[in-house]
Amino acid sequence: MSISVRIPPVLRTQTGGAKLVSVDGASLSAVLTALTAAHPDLREQIFEADGTLRRWVNVYVDGADVRHLAGLETPTQDGIEVVILPAMAGGALGSAR
Amino acid sequence: MTTKLFTEVDAKAAQQLLESPTPPLLIDVREQNEWDAGYLHGATHAPKGMISFTIPNIAPEKSAPILLYCAGGVRSAAAAETLAGLGYTNLTSMAGGINGWSAAGLPVVETTTLTPEQKSRYSRHLLLPGVGADGQTKLLNSRVLMVGAGGLGAPAALYLAAAGVGKLRIIDFDSVEASNLQRQVIHTTDRVGMLKVESAAVQIRALNPDVEVEPINDMLTTENVASLLNGVDLVIDGTDTFEARYALNDAAVKLGIPVVHAGVFRFEGQLTVLAPGRGPCYRCLHPTPPPAEMAPSCGVAGVLGVLPGVIGVLQATEALKMLLRIGEPLIGRLLLWDALEGTFTELTVKRDPHCVACGDGTAKGGAA
Repeated sequence: MSISVRIPPVLRTQTGGAKLVSVDGASLSAVLTALTAAHPDLREQIFEADGTLRRWVNVYVDGADVRHLAGLETPTQDGIEVVILPAMAGGALGSAR
Repeated sequence: MTTKLFTEVDAKAAQQLLESPTPPLLIDVREQNEWDAGYLHGATHAPKGMISFTIPNIAPEKSAPILLYCAGGVRSAAAAETLAGLGYTNLTSMAGGINGWSAAGLPVVETTTLTPEQKSRYSRHLLLPGVGADGQTKLLNSRVLMVGAGGLGAPAALYLAAAGVGKLRIIDFDSVEASNLQRQVIHTTDRVGMLKVESAAVQIRALNPDVEVEPINDMLTTENVASLLNGVDLVIDGTDTFEARYALNDAAVKLGIPVVHAGVFRFEGQLTVLAPGRGPCYRCLHPTPPPAEMAPSCGVAGVLGVLPGVIGVLQATEALKMLLRIGEPLIGRLLLWDALEGTFTELTVKRDPHCVACGDGTAKGGAA
């Protein structure tokens, strides 16, 4: 069950610069647990203290927002891509100005 | 056995075809001076002598229904034969031409309002199906609010001005700095120190005198956003703070004005079209901003100069599509571009029925 997780540029400091991280997991919860086990600094960026997703962090499984799927229980099939997309402002556009 | 290469219809039947649910592509094969004196609503101009060269751009599909007309019906029949010889299969010529059309008392033979200078300047637009004189006139009568005259706003403003978007209202509160020039191509070295909105206005006026620039040296706030949006057809969002972005979103949703949103970071960019009533708003995408201490800090992150160029021009492209009502705008779709990989990724963004700005419980809810 190899899932590739696309790390947004603003969170690559927490993955040592890696853009794509491959992990195993049959659900989004398992995938993100494996991801944050490999890159612990990501944990507080993605998760609230109670283990739910941060409200400003969107996660897409196969192109669809998991808030419109089954959230962390969304199944993750072998070969699909998970995209993490936090809200960016000052950052994204601050550097553009 | 002879196969008929095209059909001939009279003006009344032609009108019925044009009003049908699947109207044919209407092509005027007369000369420029005849076209300038007036043409049929929705027609594309393709003079008969050049039609075998221009038709692939006008009608790439050879099975597409095409209705041709000229002044009296002779040239359009000849043009239909030419097209049949090129493999076009669904051709109709209007017998009696535009003269017969007028004689039958049929409506609106429009006369273009474009000046000779404009016809020359926008000639490549006038050739395009979906733009033409009608579309160009639409652009000249449009007003776009550009929030920011920086990395994204600079290329977007240049292309919108070149395209003849008639009114560009630009708000920014910065002055041009040398470090801007690596990407903000609307500004120049000799204008370092000038207000960005003034510098942008200078460049736009030099590029296209048709464009009326409204430079506003200010910061977008919840207090002034409604007046900034007054009379605006569309917004190019080049905001750089969450406060400004949410203020813009909430006001645009209330007023029903579409926003072309984008962002760039290092070697990557993203954009989407937020169209009230037709798709999600920014709060559907990101209901809340991160607290300041969690917001990724990117002041020193850097950006490849061309990155906001590409994304800003994509914003201008989406703006033109929306203003012209052509194509499939990026509504409900977030496009990510990775310059180093050379890949685009498309994500689906849905309207959130619980959204505090546009959800079902709000005055604007239930429309999408």
